[in-house]
Amino acid sequence: MKSVLKNREIWLALAIVAVVILVTLRFPRFSQPGNLLTILNDTSILMMLALGQMVVILTRSIDLSMASNLALTGMIVAMVNAAFPMIPIPLLIAGCVLVGAALGGFNGMLVWKLDIPPIVVTLGTLTIFRGLVFVISGGAWVNAAQMSPDFIALQRGSFVGLPVLTWFAIVVAALFYVLMTRTPAGRSFYAIGVNPTASVYTGINVGRTKFLAFVISGAISGLCGYLWISRYVIASVEVASGYELTIIAACVIGGVSIAGGIGTVAGALLGALFLGVVNNALPVIGVSPFWQMAISGAAILLAVVLNARGERSKGRVILKKAEGVA
Amino acid sequence: MTDMITTGRRLPDRLDNPVKSAALSWESLLVLVALGIFIANSFASPYFLNAWSLSDLTFNFTEKALIALAMALVIITGEIDLSVASIIALASTLMGLALQYGADTPMLVAVGVGVGILCGAFNGFLVTGLKLPSIVVTIGTMSLFRGIAYIILGDQSFKGYPASFSWFGQGYVWWVISFELVLFLVAAVIFYVLLHHTNFGRRVFAIGNNATAAQFSGVRVDRIKFVLFCLTGLMSGIAAVLLTARLGSTRPSIAQGFELEVITMVVLGGVSILGGAGSIIGVVLAALIIGLVTFGLGLLNVPGIVMSIFTGTLLIVVIALPILWRMYKERRA
Repeated sequence: MKSVLKNREIWLALAIVAVVILVTLRFPRFSQPGNLLTILNDTSILMMLALGQMVVILTRSIDLSMASNLALTGMIVAMVNAAFPMIPIPLLIAGCVLVGAALGGFNGMLVWKLDIPPIVVTLGTLTIFRGLVFVISGGAWVNAAQMSPDFIALQRGSFVGLPVLTWFAIVVAALFYVLMTRTPAGRSFYAIGVNPTASVYTGINVGRTKFLAFVISGAISGLCGYLWISRYVIASVEVASGYELTIIAACVIGGVSIAGGIGTVAGALLGALFLGVVNNALPVIGVSPFWQMAISGAAILLAVVLNARGERSKGRVILKKAEGVA
Repeated sequence: MTDMITTGRRLPDRLDNPVKSAALSWESLLVLVALGIFIANSFASPYFLNAWSLSDLTFNFTEKALIALAMALVIITGEIDLSVASIIALASTLMGLALQYGADTPMLVAVGVGVGILCGAFNGFLVTGLKLPSIVVTIGTMSLFRGIAYIILGDQSFKGYPASFSWFGQGYVWWVISFELVLFLVAAVIFYVLLHHTNFGRRVFAIGNNATAAQFSGVRVDRIKFVLFCLTGLMSGIAAVLLTARLGSTRPSIAQGFELEVITMVVLGGVSILGGAGSIIGVVLAALIIGLVTFGLGLLNVPGIVMSIFTGTLLIVVIALPILWRMYKERRA
């Protein structure tokens, strides 16, 4: 029972349920299954991105370039689709994943081979990738009329009662769950986050593991590039601008520690879902959407205050005052 | 964020030649880059070498560079502040709000600067008082501060600032020397003295190199970090006054993306993102380089978003080059 109370995923799930119940008390239609599924579908892209970001954060790194990667891959796929509508969609999706992984791999190589801090590398590639969107598109948009019907229709279709987009998120989440809990690679992400030095002595290549994490976050960004463009049916320079921080916010709210080594698939998913539920609830209860940003900011701060209580190192305290400093 | 494994340091046979080490320093590399871009600019555009053009150039970076001065100190202590652009947005919005209630110019400036300090103190309290990681705290306050600006303004804007207020962003002290430039130069000198010639500055470096050791040596780590966050807030507040006065209006999206440009300036200026090392001269030079690049490309009609490719590449290349050079030398040795 005590371990259940300490489990932050359960607290987060309860918080989400509480928000849903509070809104439902005034607007009963909010918690109709149809609406809840819509929220889940709306949040699918954020969920996948949060999972990719989580893997990077676990290794004591950060990927600020995910949203720009998404925009660049999305623009590429939209332009390819507009120029060659006959290319089958699954092939396009595979291409997106590859392009995204290559962009992530570029980040990863700089972190691995040159040992440049990840925040510097991805700060640079954040602006570079976004600038490249402008360069390849010449600032023009690719709109719905230029995209092939299949390109737009795929994720809107439904399969066993759920939209295809939601299925994407479910499959990705399942893959991540297996990766993080059932494979040596998954464990090594945690290991180098908790103690890089010890990881080296257990035979983990720290640099290569970080590289792998960036490839994963890049591949997810690429996949979401297609999904984002086909969902909002517009590819422009501004796509997902500033979204990198929403992704990190979802991770932080989900209990992923920015210091590395702590975080779960369920946590990241719930963190994203929490933001999704709040953003969907605001217009329903008649709060202007301009409140969204301040509320997600407050949620991040609250989450990090609560997380910090659980994360305090339980090591031997030799001198009380030094505890917080180190 | 780097590997914790460090190899033992070898003792050199003889000390470095001071002239040689000065010539190979980061600052001289930056001077060379700045000169190169300056010369390239004057060849690329006939309109570049002109007193008024060069004066306009300074407006490109003074507001961001003012914040970069304080941000350098924060980063040297091993912390970071991502909320600076949002502080500008909130301070600017509250100045606009004060204007609606009939505030005069001194009052507007006081509101802008005061809001900046308060926001900085809030960050500082969360980081030092509650012991939270600054990167997450300031990602949170980044949303919170700008979010409040959006709540107040929505899709509206504040306009109609008095002419005496506009002078802060548009006025000239003498000939082509703008008030913004003078303010930046004065601030740069103050920060140079503060970081490199006072006890406070030594403590900032001590914290960045080893916060625990600094604590045991009697440095009040938390208090200094708190002061630095307030200082960054103050500089953001001042930047808000300048930017609002220059633009003459406030929208909640004001200064969007400034935080990344400010951090780029600081890192390009040779401040280690891991803390413990850096110089104000480097930051000033980096600000000048970014100003030169964006202005030069602007004269060539290169769109802003393409310029950002150059700044991003510059950031990575300038950091990667010395590392590659060191790896090359180690391989030969």
